[in-house]
Amino acid sequence: MKKLINQTPSRTLTLFLGLLPFVLLLVLYVVSSDARLELNPNDKLLPGFGQIGDALSRYALEPSKRTGDYMFWQDTASSLSRLGKGIAIAAVLGLLIGMVAGALPLFSAWMSPLLTVISLIPPLAVLPILFIVFGLGELSKVALIAIGITPFIARDIVGRTREIPAEQLVKAQTLGANTSQIMIRVILPQVLPKLIDAVRLSLGAGWLFLISSEAIAATDGLGYRIFLVRRYMAMDVILPYVAWITLLAFLIDLGLKELNRRLFPWHAQGGK
Amino acid sequence: MTDTKPMIEVKNVWKQYGDAVILEGMNVSVKEGEFVTLVGTSGCGKSTFLNMLLGTVSPSRGEILLDGEPIADEPGPDRGIVFQQYSVFPHMTVLENVIATKAFQKPGATGYLFGGARRAAKAEATEMLEQVGLGHALKRYPHELSGGMKQRLAIAQALLGRPRILLLDEPFGALDPGIRADMHELVLKLWREYKLTVFMVTHDLKEGFYLGTRLWVFDKLRHDPHAPNRFGANITYDLPVGQADKQIYKEINESLRPVPELVV
Repeated sequence: MKKLINQTPSRTLTLFLGLLPFVLLLVLYVVSSDARLELNPNDKLLPGFGQIGDALSRYALEPSKRTGDYMFWQDTASSLSRLGKGIAIAAVLGLLIGMVAGALPLFSAWMSPLLTVISLIPPLAVLPILFIVFGLGELSKVALIAIGITPFIARDIVGRTREIPAEQLVKAQTLGANTSQIMIRVILPQVLPKLIDAVRLSLGAGWLFLISSEAIAATDGLGYRIFLVRRYMAMDVILPYVAWITLLAFLIDLGLKELNRRLFPWHAQGGK
Repeated sequence: MTDTKPMIEVKNVWKQYGDAVILEGMNVSVKEGEFVTLVGTSGCGKSTFLNMLLGTVSPSRGEILLDGEPIADEPGPDRGIVFQQYSVFPHMTVLENVIATKAFQKPGATGYLFGGARRAAKAEATEMLEQVGLGHALKRYPHELSGGMKQRLAIAQALLGRPRILLLDEPFGALDPGIRADMHELVLKLWREYKLTVFMVTHDLKEGFYLGTRLWVFDKLRHDPHAPNRFGANITYDLPVGQADKQIYKEINESLRPVPELVV
């Protein structure tokens, strides 16, 4: 028998082992749910798939009686728009700050210490300030996401910029390049794929800030809905919403990964 | 090459980092069109000297003159460079890498070329790549090239910038012997064709003896066994290539390799 560290599963076994925990969790849920519903048909804690399906179709397929919107889709659109705007702002700011602080020592001297301190501020602690300054509208939610993620992306890009071998920067100068040409043609294209990777890593934090701000002050959004129906212990709504958020997060991550592969083939193939 | 005035004059150059003296009291001059090969043990200061010519290191004392003026203390288009590695841009294809030279030569903020200028640069870059034997690989990325091809690309890139001085920092150190011989031929051909002044750092003494017109051996003249960094290196041999005999070769070879581990 080989040592455990040398045992690798076959392709089929890998697929089976990968699916196994999901199937087990599903079975566990169904069994527990059935057991509880048997005792009390009105149990709200572990709703059956029928109840979840009913709730979901009420939210997704029927217009709300109060507003006339399809709430599920309205929530999704609002949340994705906030998340998208926040992440886009953070990516652009993070890229600019990171490249300047990473490539230009004169700027790094004052930007790096500042960036380090700012990145240590817990973004959620700043949320009340954002509400006071920007009001309770969209802006404060987008600002929270942007403020929360920008330092992380900026610091990552600083590191990635400094990773570019000095030889390349010297070489560009011997070919006649000035500072801005080096930034735009040598550094920028090499950190863009790293920026997409940094955005992928920061999405988790992005969702956290989104749902927190929606839970505190919003009139729609995925996070708002979950926290709203919690008052009625509506697990039949919360569970599909959580599953939907997870699926969205997964798809966004997959999309960014694919985008990276398409846009920067040299990077995906390990070009350095 | 008509006048006898030196192109580069090194006047009493010292380099030290704290207490460690790397180079001491270097005085030497080089005429336009010479091909100087720099050899010496690891840490003897030959790369430091090359970096002074490049402009990434400045002398602690003394000065280096280029045409009678102090040499620029930052890299510039009059001095091309080929490093042992990381000399090409990994995110550009072979052709783009060389077109970039043309783009960098034009003043501008972005370093991109458009329209007619781009077409002209493309034609010129293609010609240069054919000259170095990369005409078949224009669309490949550097990570798809062999070590020798990467260095050919780096040379093409540097030469399209029409530098007067070409600096080579152990350019063939990582290549197989057969490929190295091809590269020697290429470098000699381009040196003659473009009337370059070449400085090449190498570990390979043979390379220094058979390539170029002049060989410099860097070594310490004085040794303090209790403080190895007390004294810096200087040029201990300055030989016109072609006139050196076997005896000198043996002598230098032994002085360079007192320890077997240093043999590369």
